Amino acid sequence: MKIYDAAIIGGGVTGGAIARELSHYKLDIALFEKEEELAFGVSKSNSGIIHPGTQNPPDSLKGRLSVLGNALTRKISRELGVDFKEVGALIVAFKDEDLPVLSRLKSEAEILGVPRLKIVKRGWLRKNEPNLNREAIAALYAPSAGIISPYRLVYDLCENAKRNGVEFYTCAKVRNVTRLDFSGIPGKSTFEIGTAKGIFKARYVINAAGLFADEVSAMVGVSDFKIQPRKGDEFLLDKKKEHLANHVLFPLPSGESKGVLVIKTSDGNPMIGPTAHETDDKDDLSTSDEGLREVFSSAKKLVPTLSENDIIAYFAGLRPASGHDFIIRHEEAAPGFVNVAGIQSPGLTAAPAIALMAARLLKRNGLRLRRKFIFHRHRRKEVHLFEMPMSKTAKLIEKDPGYGDIVCRCEMVSAKEIEDAIARGATTLDGIKFRTRAQAGRCHGGFCTTRIMRILAQKKKLQLTGITKRGRGSEIVKSQRKGD
Amino acid sequence: MIKKSLICIECPVGCHITVCMEKNRAVKITGNKCPKGEKYALSEIQNPVRVLTTSVLAEGMPFKLVPVKTDSPIPKARLIEAMREVKKIKLDRPMHVGDVVVPNFLGTNANLVVTREFFQRGTHTK
Amino acid sequence: MLKAREKVIERDLVIVGGGPAGMTAAVAARENGVGDILILERDQYLGGILNQCIHTGFGLKYFKEILTGPEYAARFIEKVENIPEVEVSLRSFVVDLKSDKTLTFLRPGVLKKVKAKALIMATGCRERTREMVHISGTRPAGVFPAGLAQKLINIEGLIPGREVVIVGSGDIGLIMARRFTLEGAKVKGIVEIEASSRGLVRNIVQCVEDFDIPLYFRHKIAKIYGKNRVEGLEVVKVDEKFNEIEGLKFRITCDTVLISVGLIPENELIEMAGLEMDKKTNTPVSKELNKTSIPGIFVCGNALKVYDIVDSVSHDSLIAGRMAAEYLKGLK
Repeated sequence: MKIYDAAIIGGGVTGGAIARELSHYKLDIALFEKEEELAFGVSKSNSGIIHPGTQNPPDSLKGRLSVLGNALTRKISRELGVDFKEVGALIVAFKDEDLPVLSRLKSEAEILGVPRLKIVKRGWLRKNEPNLNREAIAALYAPSAGIISPYRLVYDLCENAKRNGVEFYTCAKVRNVTRLDFSGIPGKSTFEIGTAKGIFKARYVINAAGLFADEVSAMVGVSDFKIQPRKGDEFLLDKKKEHLANHVLFPLPSGESKGVLVIKTSDGNPMIGPTAHETDDKDDLSTSDEGLREVFSSAKKLVPTLSENDIIAYFAGLRPASGHDFIIRHEEAAPGFVNVAGIQSPGLTAAPAIALMAARLLKRNGLRLRRKFIFHRHRRKEVHLFEMPMSKTAKLIEKDPGYGDIVCRCEMVSAKEIEDAIARGATTLDGIKFRTRAQAGRCHGGFCTTRIMRILAQKKKLQLTGITKRGRGSEIVKSQRKGD
Repeated sequence: MIKKSLICIECPVGCHITVCMEKNRAVKITGNKCPKGEKYALSEIQNPVRVLTTSVLAEGMPFKLVPVKTDSPIPKARLIEAMREVKKIKLDRPMHVGDVVVPNFLGTNANLVVTREFFQRGTHTK
Repeated sequence: MLKAREKVIERDLVIVGGGPAGMTAAVAARENGVGDILILERDQYLGGILNQCIHTGFGLKYFKEILTGPEYAARFIEKVENIPEVEVSLRSFVVDLKSDKTLTFLRPGVLKKVKAKALIMATGCRERTREMVHISGTRPAGVFPAGLAQKLINIEGLIPGREVVIVGSGDIGLIMARRFTLEGAKVKGIVEIEASSRGLVRNIVQCVEDFDIPLYFRHKIAKIYGKNRVEGLEVVKVDEKFNEIEGLKFRITCDTVLISVGLIPENELIEMAGLEMDKKTNTPVSKELNKTSIPGIFVCGNALKVYDIVDSVSHDSLIAGRMAAEYLKGLK
């Protein structure tokens, strides 16, 4: 049986970033994801903010890695062809007694190396953030904050990693991890990984299993941390309200959470949220009326003109929180096993830096990192008609008529883009939605669902009754009229 | 004496009609604003009928399913049986609106007819 | 071969939408003298939403007959196809509209720019979805806007589920209650937040009473359950202010939820072009019938106002067609 150099458990942004990083080297890497598709775990509920690095204690991994991650994400997004927009962030203060808090946040962030910070006052706010509550007196302006599509980033990272040799296994839930010999030397033992797709072997294991990182870690006997899921409800508003906020708006931090934010997502829809409520159920992604009320009452303090009537979608995510900081360490008790756990906010921002740190940990523990001669750094930018000028669209249609065949009316997604998404790995309606935005618009699939189902059935040679929303158990329809 | 009440659906007014029954016969009908209501009430009490609209499978044609209807109402009590029969039908050639798929469907004197036109010419340019 | 800088074609009348509204407007425009009409329809056929409305109840006013949706559509498709001055472009999707009536549309293999002398927007409605009415709970597969369920059953022959609860007692919901029952599914209830149904009496009788389907007035969905597929609902009674009444909650097990809580006119294109809009109804502000704030741009059918029966749509679209014809005459 093949023995991989490293096995990554978890196919979200953390696992994906590590996969791509390690694919720079002459290594055999496998990544195991339990869901039907990558990014279907924690990452799909991400709000897509690339944080500037503020609001982290200066000595924290979160702080250091998010500042570095912010810088690295720009480079990676260019290489991978995923859109990163620097929009800047504002932490807003309403009372005089909050001003020292802003100053403290500024100096702490400066220690971490967050660039170009400044405190701005009413005049600046009126001019640059006109919908912000007029009662705001000042804000900490962090120009380096940005927005990105979180799931497109995951897919692009993973596709590039795959191109560079990483093997991906989905529907491959890890059931047990066993060390096969006890030489105590990392890299000298082999881990046997039992998954739903069979048994695999690897010299090193990187645990990036999100909400289930504590359970995976316990498989090798390391149980000194627990993942405490913290739910966050988010609400998406109509794209017509795109200009509600120009920057990512933060209230002053309180307790564990950064508070309810007003964000412009990379797709253009304003998003408000999240709440922050601890739960014990790792599968509970339900939203609630209380969540809605909480989010709107907080968000309206920042932008009073927000209205519940503009809601076009809502969802909840679970942060895989464990304590106050990331847990990124090589486990002495299980040599060769690296935990990358507790990756809550700013996990998306920090991902490329986390990947570098994970690689360093592996190297320090015996994994030889020899650079490949050929690394395919770049990815051709995905075609998305909705972000293209008409002249470019015309040229595309000339080359391939399928680009003129519009399937999703609300987001202007063509049949060709959907077929491309399927070729790149989408096997479910959600997978197509996350890659192309088809079904994510105003009518939420009311018009395009049947056509997308047909394209998916044809391309993947499936029965229409086998098409799912996000994997087995979520089939769209129960039966089909058919002849005998 | 039993009183049955129903709402007339012959026109959008929707009169609330009361039918007094004695020994399973309607003896008095009140509440209707026009004679259509009386006729409808009697029919509903004695032998309720409904037009069945559904679809049949088609093979080798631009549509997977062809919508059909009974060209006159059939007994309400036989609707489920009718659906079972419809499921056995498979059309194998294009048809016009109004073409009969099954004459005298279920022996009810109503015909099962096609309601969608197959022969649409599609895009044509000047 | 299409070139990106192809000349903009000018047409007398362009109609966006080939459903009953667009088709009626085309017929009326021709009858009033318009000699060059282009219908842009995004689907593969004319007929619009009528193609999936296989039930009867259409045409009582307009044709004095009781027809099914496809039969009603067929009457107009026949008329349109027999008018040589009407060009029908199918699978054609308008992506851009400017206030000077220049449109850009896409079709497989084609991108075209058209300048219309007069323009009729007959773009119909979309359904209000679960996402627009906050319903607490999980987000499993099995929650459908009623119209999508209708399309799945009537056009694709796919049965969405076996145990259904319908949210909203509007006509689409009622019609689907019957459709599901006839197809062998169990409709366990219709949940309506108001004290009475918004649907036609005929539908209450023939879709609900006929099949003994429970109709819960003054109730709403408190929660949806089910991780990957709907497993059930929590239903709660509400007061006149739509607030939940303590202690009056109950569960219904089901695998499918239909959402039938209203239609929204599709007017994003004219909004893009800068026409004056009524934000509440998402329809153009109109000083006179089908006119809009830009002379020469008209709206008709469900895009102008959500009508209950298609006969009203045809009546309305006749006027729009005539108005467009008059406008074009005035230009000469």
